[in-house]
Amino acid sequence: MYFTVDGQEVYTATGAETHRPGKPFITFIHGAGCDHTEWVLFARFFSRNGFNVLSPDLPGHGKSTVAPLTSVEQLAQWVLALLDAAKVGTTILVGHSLGSLIALETAAKNPQHISRLVMLGTTVPMSVSDALLNAARDRSQAAVDIVMQFGHAFSSQLGHNPVAGISAMNHRMRILERGLPTNLFEDLNACHTYLGGLEAARSLHMPVMLLLGDQDRMTPPHSTQALIAALKAPDVRMIPNCGHMLMSEQPEAVHQALVAAAMGR
Amino acid sequence: MSSSKYPGFDTLSLHAGQRPDPTTGARATPIYQTTSFVFQETTHAASLFNLGRSGHVYSRISNPTTAVLEERVAALEGGVGGIATASGMAAIHLAITTLMGQGSHIVSSHALYGGTHNLLTYTLPRFGIETTFVNPRDPAAFRAAIRPNTRLLYAETIGNPRGEVLDIPAVADVAHVHGLPLLLDATLTTPWLLRPFDHGADLVVHSLTKFIGGHGIAIGGMVVDSGRFDWEKSGRFPTLTEPYAGFENMDFAEDFGPSAFLIRGRREGLRDFGAALSPTNAFHFLQGLETLPLRMQRHVENARCIITFLRDSPEVAHVNSPEIPEHPDHALAQRLLPRGCGSVFSFELKGGRDAGRKFIESLQLFSHLANVGDAKSLVIHPASTTHARMGAEALQQAGITEGLVRLSVGLEDAEDLIADLSRGLYRSQK
Repeated sequence: MYFTVDGQEVYTATGAETHRPGKPFITFIHGAGCDHTEWVLFARFFSRNGFNVLSPDLPGHGKSTVAPLTSVEQLAQWVLALLDAAKVGTTILVGHSLGSLIALETAAKNPQHISRLVMLGTTVPMSVSDALLNAARDRSQAAVDIVMQFGHAFSSQLGHNPVAGISAMNHRMRILERGLPTNLFEDLNACHTYLGGLEAARSLHMPVMLLLGDQDRMTPPHSTQALIAALKAPDVRMIPNCGHMLMSEQPEAVHQALVAAAMGR
Repeated sequence: MSSSKYPGFDTLSLHAGQRPDPTTGARATPIYQTTSFVFQETTHAASLFNLGRSGHVYSRISNPTTAVLEERVAALEGGVGGIATASGMAAIHLAITTLMGQGSHIVSSHALYGGTHNLLTYTLPRFGIETTFVNPRDPAAFRAAIRPNTRLLYAETIGNPRGEVLDIPAVADVAHVHGLPLLLDATLTTPWLLRPFDHGADLVVHSLTKFIGGHGIAIGGMVVDSGRFDWEKSGRFPTLTEPYAGFENMDFAEDFGPSAFLIRGRREGLRDFGAALSPTNAFHFLQGLETLPLRMQRHVENARCIITFLRDSPEVAHVNSPEIPEHPDHALAQRLLPRGCGSVFSFELKGGRDAGRKFIESLQLFSHLANVGDAKSLVIHPASTTHARMGAEALQQAGITEGLVRLSVGLEDAEDLIADLSRGLYRSQK
C-alpha cells in the first residue's frame, strides 16, 4: 500500500494483509540497494500470525520512486514519519545492514515507538571499502559484483536455496542492478558516513537481538564487539554457513530467530 | 579487500544448487522419491501453503531433488531461477500460459522444432492464442508482425534443421522497444555454447532430454527466467502484476520482484497443469550436467570433423551448418557462438528421397530415431518424421527438402563415424 510521507507517496508492503486495529506491528527495513522483496517470506508469515506488517521501500528504492535520502539520520527520520503516517503506536523494528543502522538510529531518536530491535548483518561503525564506494559512485556493475561476491558465503554462491527453483544469489543481483543507477552509492555512503551508532546503541533500553552470519565478510562478526559492548545485554545469535545476506542465505534460521524475538518462542 | 570472483561454469555444473545432504552426508544429490513432505505443525503447514516460509509440500509443486536441478540450470544460464517440467514442450507451454491467455498473440520464428510448430499453429489457437510466423533472419519482420495484443517474441537459438542463428541482440531490441519479452528455445546450444541472457533474451526454455541429459534415458524440460524483464513497467502482463484470486490475491511482481514469473509459473502452472518432472528424472539430468562442459567440447570437435568430411563427399549437395563460411549466418555464429555451433546440422543428399532412404538404412553406428543431443550419434529424415505434419508451404519455409538428412553427432571416435557415413553415402547412390 502507499503512504504519504513528508509530502511524497511511498510504497510499503504489508505482507499482503490489511492492517487490523489492536494487533502489534513489526516493521522491516531493507539493506543497501535492495527493496521490500527481501523480506517477503517474513512479511507474509507475520502478517498471518498476529501482526500488522510494514515493509517499506525506502525512498529511491523499489516502488518508492522519490529521490533517495543520503544519510542514516535522514532515513531514520523518514522511518519515524512513516510510522506516524501508518498510525503505529509501537513496533518491533527489524533491519538488515543499512537497514539495521536506520533501525538503530530510529530507536535512539524515538524509543517510545520501538518495543524491540532486531539487527541483522550489522556492525558499528559500518565502513565501506574505497573499491566498493568508488565502483558504486561510478554506477559500475563492479559494485554489484563486489557486493554479491563478498556478501555471500561461498556455499551460498553455489546455491541450494530452500525456496525451490530460485537462485537467491541471482535474484538479489537483479535487485541490486535495478538500484545501481540511483541508490546503491547513496546507501553505501550513508553506511560509511554514519558515526553516531555507538552513541545510539548506548542510549537504548529496549531488548535488542543481533543476528550475524558466521562467514559474513561485509560486516564480519568479530567487528561487532564495540556494538555488543555498547548495547545492554543484547541477544547475539550466530547463524552458521551464512554470509551477509542472511534472509536469503538462511531463511529458516532467520525465521526461527525472528519468531523468538517477536513471539518469544 | 582481497580479490574474489564468481564460481566458474564447470564448477557450477558440478555443484550449483546442492550441498552435501545434511542428514546422511551424501555427496551426490539424493533422489527424494516422495510425493509429499510432513509438516512440523499446523502453522508450519499453513505457512508453506501461503509462501510465508520456504520448503516443500507436494512434489507436483516442488521437490528437493528437482530443486537442485532447477537451481543448477539457472546458475549456468545466469537466471534468477527455473522450473523443471515433464518435457521441453511442457516448459514452452508453461512459459506461454504463465504470460498470457485468450486473445493474446505471439510472434515466432518459423524455423522451429516440429512439436513447437504444432503447439503454436494448431493447439494454442483453440485456446485463443494466435501466432504469426516470421523469418528468423529478419529482425524487422518480428517488428512488423507485432500487434497491440502481442505478448511474446519466440525463437530458437539455432534453427533445426537448417541452422538459422538468431540475432539475439537485434530481436531482443525489437521486443524490448515494444515492452515485450523474448523467449528462446536454447536446447541445441546449451549454456556452454551460448547464454542467451547475456545477449538480451529474457526467458529460456530447454528440452533437458537432449544435450543437458546427454544419455537419452529421460524426458524433461526447463524454463529459466533472467529476472531482467520489468513486468510492471511493461503493463501488458496482468497475470504477474495484478492480484490473482487463485492464490491469495497475490500480486506476484509486487511480492517477488524479479522472480514473479517463476513464482506464478510454479504456483499456478505446475499446480494446475501438473506437468512436473519426476525426482528420478531430475537426478538423471543432474548426472548429465556434471559432464556437460566436457561433452559439448567433444560434440563440437566431432561435428567439425564430420562437416569437413561431408563437404568433401561427392554424394553430398551441400551442408547446412553455421560452422561453414558459406552458411548465411556464419559471421553471426562467430560472434554469438565462439565455442562452436553444436553438433546438430543437416545436409542435402544427391538423389532425393530414395537416396535418403538408402543412406539411412545403410548406417550401422548412427541410430535412426527421433531425438538429438544424445551421446550416441543419431540420424533422421525430417520430411517423413519430425516435420511430417507440416504442410508443403511450412516445410518450404523451414527449408526442409526430400533429400535433407539431419545428424546429431555424438561422442564416438570421429573415424568410426566417418567410416559409417562413408558406407551410407556409397550405398545411397546405388
